[in-house]
Amino acid sequence: MMILEMKNITAGYTPEVDILHDVSISVNKGDIVSIIGPNGAGKSTLLKSIFGLLKPKKGKVLLRDKDITGLKPNRIAQKGVSYVPQVNNVFPSLTILENLEMGAFIRKDDYSKQMSDIFELFPVLKERKDDKAGHLSGGQRQMVAMGRALMLNPELLLLDEPSAGLAPIFVSSIFEKIREINATGVTIIIVEQNAREALKMSCHGYVLAMGKNVLDDEGKALLVNEEVGQLYLGG
Amino acid sequence: MVELVVYGIVLGSIIALGAIGLSLVYGIVRFANFAHGEFMTLGAYFALFVVSILLPWIGFPDSRFGPLSFGWRMVIAFPLAMAFVAFIAILFDRILYKKLRAKKSGAVILAMASLGASFIARMSILIIWGADYVFFRPGVMRPALYLPLGIKIRPDEIVIFFTAIFLVILLHLFLKKTKMGKAMRATADNTDLALVTGIDTEHIIIWTWAIGGALAAAGGILYGIDVQLHPGMGWAFLIPIFAATILGTIGNIYGALVGGFVIGIAQQVSTAFLPPTYKLAVAFMIMVLILLVRPQGLFGKE
Repeated sequence: MMILEMKNITAGYTPEVDILHDVSISVNKGDIVSIIGPNGAGKSTLLKSIFGLLKPKKGKVLLRDKDITGLKPNRIAQKGVSYVPQVNNVFPSLTILENLEMGAFIRKDDYSKQMSDIFELFPVLKERKDDKAGHLSGGQRQMVAMGRALMLNPELLLLDEPSAGLAPIFVSSIFEKIREINATGVTIIIVEQNAREALKMSCHGYVLAMGKNVLDDEGKALLVNEEVGQLYLGG
Repeated sequence: MVELVVYGIVLGSIIALGAIGLSLVYGIVRFANFAHGEFMTLGAYFALFVVSILLPWIGFPDSRFGPLSFGWRMVIAFPLAMAFVAFIAILFDRILYKKLRAKKSGAVILAMASLGASFIARMSILIIWGADYVFFRPGVMRPALYLPLGIKIRPDEIVIFFTAIFLVILLHLFLKKTKMGKAMRATADNTDLALVTGIDTEHIIIWTWAIGGALAAAGGILYGIDVQLHPGMGWAFLIPIFAATILGTIGNIYGALVGGFVIGIAQQVSTAFLPPTYKLAVAFMIMVLILLVRPQGLFGKE
């Protein structure tokens, strides 16, 4: 079943310059889908267009077959989509606990179960729950950011470069956590520089270049695709 | 000297009420609100309206608490005036600043718009009430208490100080304990992420104006109780509250509290060496010095 569909999206930050040209993707429920491509291919812009941070000039974004194109981010969050930006993705002067509470800001129900699940997923967050998020290391911040996004109990999670800037020992553990999150039934769209790792766990992958769809296939197929290998996986 | 410090603390607590609101608004709405002083004036004059016109008109009896210069009428007027100015602050936002935000206007444009709003508010008060100095309760003797260390203080001033501190504690609890308060801090930290998290930042902005306006109104009334009311009173407070805000790091409300006390004490102590008319210049000098030496304020990071 399709959860998200992006149809022929053209988008950019200024009226004159388009970053995305006629890009389409579709995501099945329960999958991990990765968006890979060189720097400046428009990968982050694609996530921003889905989440309403950037209003597409052309095209449609459909969530469960309903048009969400151009809705404000807080409205899209209410529809069960969470987004983790690449940078500035925590509230630095709030404690870890407060960061997580903010993730559940729009929830009216009891979210204590969600909170304990997140503490189980990231035990270090529980140990340091009263520390300010601004005092954490990069890897721990990334955990807070993901935990904050998961507090919404999202159906769809958008991750922008979750491994960027992390120490190598954290990179594999973050990917492991993403697998665990997906195993609980959350659909994930991930934008990654670390294309090999991302494709390994993805059901499907899209290759973007110069803001255009270049190729899309199953994750494993892209891993062994010679063209992709030479261009984006470092041979 | 000790006495001047005590007066400075009383004045500082009033400045702090203005500075905290200014800092809060700056942190969330992200511009320097030049109409903040007028919130103080509006609060004081609305309280005057309630105390001297509305309540006598409905036949509410006059009273005084022991040695204090005010009674139940002021107790009623105080929260009403805070609510009134909160409403006015939201109104300014809806008819003016919100439209400019929607056009993605810069902070300077918004600040200039607030300067215009301050003129409108000040002149409206001038038209309605006239330019005279007025008192909440004219012609009342206000003997001072003689405390140890040669401190001479009026009972009113003790109440003023503790009222200001009480309001600051309430704000602190609101920001630390309630969901809305935490969302306000989150929005001040990172507006984009707040939006991504699902927080309706326009809603937060309304709360911010309401709190900033209400605290300024409280400051204006307390000053009116301590000294007197005048249509230019809030305008005259603008420099001290800006100085306190900058000194305590813009956006940091606890810094604004400290800044308020520092500016208040500096202003009062300066009267030992300078004519009292230079009080404003003292606040201005501190502001200029801070901007030259440590523009990020006492609590800001390098």
